[in-house]
Amino acid sequence: MPKKYHIKVRLTRPRFSPIGKFSIIEQDKFCLHCPVDKCIKKDCVYDVYKKRTFDTYSMLDTIDSLCKNCFRCIQECKNNAITKTINPNFRLLGNSYYTPDLIASTWFQAETGKIPVSGAGYRGPFTGSGFDSMWTDMSEIVRPTRDGIHGREYISTSIDLGRKPSHLQFDQGGDIRTRYPEIVELPIPVIFDILPFGYVSKNIYLAMAKAARILNTFMIIDIEEYDSLLEPYVDHLIPLISIERLSESGDLVKKARIVELPFTDRIIEDIQKVKEVSKKTIVSIRVSLTEDTEEVVSKLVSDGAEIIHPCADETGHDIKGVKPRSIKDAIRQIHLRLVSERCRDEVTIIASGGIADASHVAKAIICGADGVGIDIPLLVALECRVCGNCKNDIPCPVRIDEIRPEWGERRLVNLLGAWHSQLIEVLGAMGMREIRRLRGEVGRAMFYEDLERETFGEIFGKRDESRRNK
Amino acid sequence: MNQEGTSKTGRNFRCEDLMRNKDGSVVKRAPSRFRNAIAKYIVRRTQGCSVCGTCIRVCPFGVHEYAGKKLARPREHLCIGPSCARCIKECPNGALSLVSNPLYETLGDCRWTNDLITSTWFEAETGEVPPNHMEYRVGDSGGGFDRLRFRFPKEESGKYRTDGEVSTSIQLNKRRDGRPEISIDIPMYGGGMSFGSISLPIMLGRAKAAKVWNTFTCTGEGGYPEELSPYDDHVITQVATGLFGVREQTIQRVRVVEFKYAQGAKPGLGGHLLGDKVTQDVASMREAVTGSSLFSPFPFHSVYSVEDHKKHVDWIKEINPRALIAVKVSTPTDIDMVAVGSYYAGAHIIHLDGSYGGTGAAPDIAKKNIAMPIEYAIPKVHKFLIEEGIREEMTLIASGGIRTAYDAAKAIALGADGVVLGTTELVALECVRCGNCESGRGCARGIATTDRELSQLVDVEWAAQRLINLYSAWHTQFVDILNRLGMKSIQELVGRTDCLIHLDYVENRIEVDRGEG
Repeated sequence: MPKKYHIKVRLTRPRFSPIGKFSIIEQDKFCLHCPVDKCIKKDCVYDVYKKRTFDTYSMLDTIDSLCKNCFRCIQECKNNAITKTINPNFRLLGNSYYTPDLIASTWFQAETGKIPVSGAGYRGPFTGSGFDSMWTDMSEIVRPTRDGIHGREYISTSIDLGRKPSHLQFDQGGDIRTRYPEIVELPIPVIFDILPFGYVSKNIYLAMAKAARILNTFMIIDIEEYDSLLEPYVDHLIPLISIERLSESGDLVKKARIVELPFTDRIIEDIQKVKEVSKKTIVSIRVSLTEDTEEVVSKLVSDGAEIIHPCADETGHDIKGVKPRSIKDAIRQIHLRLVSERCRDEVTIIASGGIADASHVAKAIICGADGVGIDIPLLVALECRVCGNCKNDIPCPVRIDEIRPEWGERRLVNLLGAWHSQLIEVLGAMGMREIRRLRGEVGRAMFYEDLERETFGEIFGKRDESRRNK
Repeated sequence: MNQEGTSKTGRNFRCEDLMRNKDGSVVKRAPSRFRNAIAKYIVRRTQGCSVCGTCIRVCPFGVHEYAGKKLARPREHLCIGPSCARCIKECPNGALSLVSNPLYETLGDCRWTNDLITSTWFEAETGEVPPNHMEYRVGDSGGGFDRLRFRFPKEESGKYRTDGEVSTSIQLNKRRDGRPEISIDIPMYGGGMSFGSISLPIMLGRAKAAKVWNTFTCTGEGGYPEELSPYDDHVITQVATGLFGVREQTIQRVRVVEFKYAQGAKPGLGGHLLGDKVTQDVASMREAVTGSSLFSPFPFHSVYSVEDHKKHVDWIKEINPRALIAVKVSTPTDIDMVAVGSYYAGAHIIHLDGSYGGTGAAPDIAKKNIAMPIEYAIPKVHKFLIEEGIREEMTLIASGGIRTAYDAAKAIALGADGVVLGTTELVALECVRCGNCESGRGCARGIATTDRELSQLVDVEWAAQRLINLYSAWHTQFVDILNRLGMKSIQELVGRTDCLIHLDYVENRIEVDRGEG
């Protein structure tokens, strides 16, 4: 049995106090100035008032990030002098897709490497759009034992990148004639995709490359951004190259195990050119996700594509189209198309765009991807607030370009460590021990539309689509 | 939410006994343990006040009162807001103003809104149905119970009953298999919460309340404290995968034994009590080592088929010949088959635990994503049991996100016989759902903790009375719902989906105005 894949996580404090959800307010006019040992603040179970400091750079009071919302000081102060509000700065974090709660949860995972855990039930909406409109299944009684992250049994999260032949051919003497294809095994079904924004400095690329090496996965890097500092990590880089500049990047193409080419009408010729430079290098095709992507993918597979990488926009939707689909639906359609053409197993599909938390990885794979690429969560792990300042040339509030690569590496490893543990939890619950077998297994998922139709639809008739999610 | 003077905190609260009041009711006021209530509005009084007393006179809710010769700080938590505002309008000096309290926004979320939390506190304090300015029936999650409404007949239709005598009791043994026929007076009982996850005073309070309302509470998986023995007839003890604290004697003490195969909050993941919470007391109860984390694996490593499951059930039936068997499962796609399997294994109660509930700490990824919400599972199982011709022999119990009396009634109308309450009971005991049950010493409010100092925050009698009051308030609402539907018994409501409308469905939209709760 191969060595168990384990991601070692280490507590890695943020450089800035995280923006807390609540702001505690002491109303001086009500303070009775009780003797210090009688003041309710000293009873805080979490020592919020004892540990309090103020960060003058980011103007943050640590009291807001340490508070765990138990309301005791508020409810017990002798003269009702303490109150709190939702921190307006917390509300301003992120956007409607990368919500403040999602960002806070990602920060927690990058700091601790642990699975976010809380009590007293679920807190969110009944359903939502995209990945939020599906549930993964669990296996109740009849199934083999899986002990999840605490288990003695190994749950594999490995996937294979590359072209897989559908069958073997033998010559008359009985020897294999099929050339064994180049395949790269990834122990975790996640690669680092190109960052869509941010003051991306060499430090950030170094942090990503180091983390990719530790995790034994890949980072995609635009050849324009490549720096010789990254040379030691070349085994974990997927250079995105343009065919026009192939000759200049020939050396890197030879060294890289995988390169990525943007999709063009002449992509098959482009791939041939790469193979002429380096026969062993696997080529991934980067395709913008649009409503005709299935057609494109289907054609590419019949032309011998090894890896296809459909990329959705930042919120996980078709990049253009009259009615952009969710990546969840797009992957399902691509997958089913290839299944119906009996060639799904021959190609590797990596889906990118809008993969924002660990559950999205499992759900994208259930919908039919082999693995996923992630981008914005990597920035968030490095304390990005998804404020968009960088898009408007305004300085980054967390000076993300100034990170130490070693610190960044640990934050990224922690994030992926937490995601890996969560993947194992979900796989364990489903009674699966191989993430490869999860691909396209929609029988291990439940979709909102189906559940509504089968239960409430039978009772109440036709659902009014316009009232969804209101 | 009246507080009987600020000195009388819940810590000193003593309910002399749990006997009924002279009028037969069991309700006694059980005020908040905390000095300051969390108010929805802020009432400000400026220095322009001439202490004329107009505000005291006009306020119907007791917000204003004298403190000696001056006026006391307004008791804002009693204020119902702009829909009244009489004190503001009538103050001759214009010294009063009213604004929303930003603090109120920090409480709750879309499933348990701030109104649901404070109205549950109101029910637990007073035993009464909350006033209309609080939304005490539905949350704001945008689906499931929150989009379902009752279709009540118009008052003049003659269907309304006013003659009282409405039964809310349900049967737990419908198999007629020679085992005792147990009925409970209200269609709900307390969910499994272990010693370790919650403190002993909370367990005892729950058991006392169960006894008063002739229903049950559940030990969860973590042993059966000796202190519960006066309430043995109202305790369900759990046999779960870790078998913590399970002994023949504990099985023999009770009238209902529950197998926990899975729980809604973390379906398929098993349980996990962090080392910090394994105090000496907890460790000795569970026959484990102090400070070391305890895992309840998933699944039962001795059960891989319905036949294995039957062997399990037979084992308990052999040890305790008078016990009924409940089987608690979560809600996978094939939940209907699981329910039928439990019937053939000999269970009396099939208990479905939906994915949005749960009290204990669970991975966030599991709470949101694994297994289906209870609203889907109930009709699915109800229908399948009917098709299999065994619905009349099984008691179907639902849990996992039952927050209000209306949720419970809707669950029953969707096909359950009754419900199990978990988080709701904790909220009644003043849980604010901060969600930090698992960390460090546990709950800062003394509920989900075994820390000796923190568990002192809750008094047994107070806890019992809060739950008795909660059940009373719900009972009143059940009776009202049944009266308005023209039904004599809650058992008539089971599976009556024709009494419900769903706001997201085309044909129901014309009736939206008439739907309630």
